[in-house]
Amino acid sequence: MTALDLTPAADAAPVTSLLRFATAGSVDDGKSTLVGRLLHDTKSILADAYEAVERVTRERGGEGVDLALLTDGLRAEREQGITIDVAYRYFSTPRRTFILADCPGHVQYTRNTVTGASTADALVVLIDARHGVVEQTRRHLAVAALLRVPHVIVAVNKIDLLAWERAPYEAITADVATLAAGLGLEVTTVPVSALLGDNVATRSQNTPWYDGPTVLDLLETLPSGDEIAAALDADGARAVASGATPASAWRLPVQYVLRPQDAAIAPEYREYRGYAGQVAEGVVRVGDEVRVQPSGRRSTIAGIDTADGPLESARAGQSIAVRLADDVDVARGDLLSSVADAALPTKHLDAHVAWLAERPLRVRDRVLVQHGSALVQGLVSGITGVLDIALPGGTLDASIVPGGELGLNDIGVVSIVLAQPLAVEDYGTHRRTGAFVLVDPQDGGTLAAGTARAAEPGTGTDGYLSV
Amino acid sequence: MTSTTERTDVSPTSTTAAGLAAPAGPTTLDALEAEGIHILREAVATARKPVILFSGGKDSVVVLHLATKAFWPGRVPVELLHVDTGHNFDEVIEFRNATVARLGLRLQVASVQSYIDDGRLRERPDGTRNPLQTVPLLDAIAGHGYDVVFGGARRDEEKARAKERVVSLRDEFGQWDPRNQRPELWSLYNTRHLPGQHVRVFPLSNWTELDVWRYIEREGIELPSLYYAHEREVFERDGMLLTPHPSVKLRDGEATAPRIVRYRTVGDASCTGAVESGAASVADVIAEVAATRITERGATRADDRLSEAAMEDRKKEGYF
Repeated sequence: MTALDLTPAADAAPVTSLLRFATAGSVDDGKSTLVGRLLHDTKSILADAYEAVERVTRERGGEGVDLALLTDGLRAEREQGITIDVAYRYFSTPRRTFILADCPGHVQYTRNTVTGASTADALVVLIDARHGVVEQTRRHLAVAALLRVPHVIVAVNKIDLLAWERAPYEAITADVATLAAGLGLEVTTVPVSALLGDNVATRSQNTPWYDGPTVLDLLETLPSGDEIAAALDADGARAVASGATPASAWRLPVQYVLRPQDAAIAPEYREYRGYAGQVAEGVVRVGDEVRVQPSGRRSTIAGIDTADGPLESARAGQSIAVRLADDVDVARGDLLSSVADAALPTKHLDAHVAWLAERPLRVRDRVLVQHGSALVQGLVSGITGVLDIALPGGTLDASIVPGGELGLNDIGVVSIVLAQPLAVEDYGTHRRTGAFVLVDPQDGGTLAAGTARAAEPGTGTDGYLSV
Repeated sequence: MTSTTERTDVSPTSTTAAGLAAPAGPTTLDALEAEGIHILREAVATARKPVILFSGGKDSVVVLHLATKAFWPGRVPVELLHVDTGHNFDEVIEFRNATVARLGLRLQVASVQSYIDDGRLRERPDGTRNPLQTVPLLDAIAGHGYDVVFGGARRDEEKARAKERVVSLRDEFGQWDPRNQRPELWSLYNTRHLPGQHVRVFPLSNWTELDVWRYIEREGIELPSLYYAHEREVFERDGMLLTPHPSVKLRDGEATAPRIVRYRTVGDASCTGAVESGAASVADVIAEVAATRITERGATRADDRLSEAAMEDRKKEGYF
């Protein structure tokens, strides 16, 4: 086919917001089918891709279109009929664009769920209605809680195989609600048939007892991180306009010092000095006081620059450069932050760690800690415990059992002594500046995802220490 | 007040699409641009010697545009590398050279032709040179000592690419190991590697073809002219519209005819087909892309039709 086949209904209007979400489920929960269904029902599958799947389905003796084949991209995945690695999908509706991190279900690939969930505004967890909550469900919800995914959608799938009955769905919903309450998660359950499309993108005629939203309804209306940041920015601008002082908590890791000198694009920028980075949290405004972490030096924001011109304010997610009013020492790896609530830098890191490597983590192991744009050496000083994924205690903290090392996919409580202080914050209140990864100092591999915990007052060695 | 308590103050109803569809809200393009700039700054900051793969194709043009924004008001502190198949369209090479001169950058060219001339590579029976780019690419990376290599690949292009990381490790042979990729968490990109290894970095990973075109429109980015509708002598082969070129000889029974066409990708002239299209402006192209029912590569790239896993196999060998 050479000519482009145009469909008159297509919508070329720009969409305004972006939602990142991830999917997770156990083997055979029908997750790939759900993803295929979302893509199919939002008309996101192009004709040649659809025909290829139709052909392969037929070659394998199947009928119709096996939607799961749309997402299994690697040869080994197609041969084994399983999903191995996180696959990223892109689709849009007239209301939103979506970036979907489709995460594999096998236990040994749980590290990919951690990967997908780390950037997600929402996590869709699949449950097979015939099996209810299983260990993988607990694991995925625990990961969502650990990484503070703002919203969890539990899709109770294959209800068509239970004759569309309400009772099993209600029982699973109750189990999920109990788990969610203990984990502090915001969860919505939806009864779906991914295979037939019920309550995925279109409301089911088979579940008259369910009057809640479809999965797509939820994805289209949940607030995204970008929208929340924009709302904060607008609130701040209104406060400034009315003469009030806006809420001013913000964080900006310095990625790059822009000092063009001879490489300046115009002579007036020869002496330019700006600190470039992506705002990690909050809204930074010209005139704001700044604390440079970890040195503790202070200055004021003299200007916010982009290649498109100066800004009065910049919000979480925007890539900018700031100029400071004073000639203070700032380098890559420093964290610029608002003054009032700036965290004290610490050399003692107390964190939840999701261990993602084959080799185990042991006390006294040497690691590199990557936090924002900083990379410092660390020494594992203690492994307090390991999370029992069955969640016998109902909460993360109450389900930690004593343990001396972490294996692949374990989540543990770990203490790390740092060679240089870092302004690491409580992940519970600072999703960006509370996050870090552990890197292998020898081969550079990524070993673990870490979320810092607030120090217990009066615990001494775990407290944040001033430099 | 911390950000979390502020977040809980934002009720879902106030932030639905209807509530925040105002122009002040962040657009998808704003978010993608900011992410791309972040990736570029992060990778350049940690690189010993970075390079941007630049072919003059629209994706590499957008990567370079993002780089000019990321390092404003300085020149882009990165060299460019073009793996020239010798089968490129003249317009694209002219565009490439003009862009390099305008931005004051240094361009390195790795020539597939010179590899063929001195016998290090042999021409394939089908005449396609895209698979031949891998060796000159890897030699150029090793020869110049590049450790961070930026490419314009997007995950929406192809199923194997959908699984590639933003920062993707390559071993001493340039190989991609899809079953042993590093987890990529938050926006904490890990570019560390051992001597001899390098990382490929894809700032447009999360962009779709439509995003790229909307961004080209918004930013007023110039492209080679053959992306837009023009009259051209073409003939049909294997369901594709090819144009006669020193690398594309007419076979028996093939005849050219003038048609109004444009290119959706601009690669090796021997395997890159045109599509019939009247889209003469960026806006026309956006309308066309938004409505199209065929994927970009499926329509116009013979090399991806070789097998269902064609791209995966080439990527494992060190291809872009």
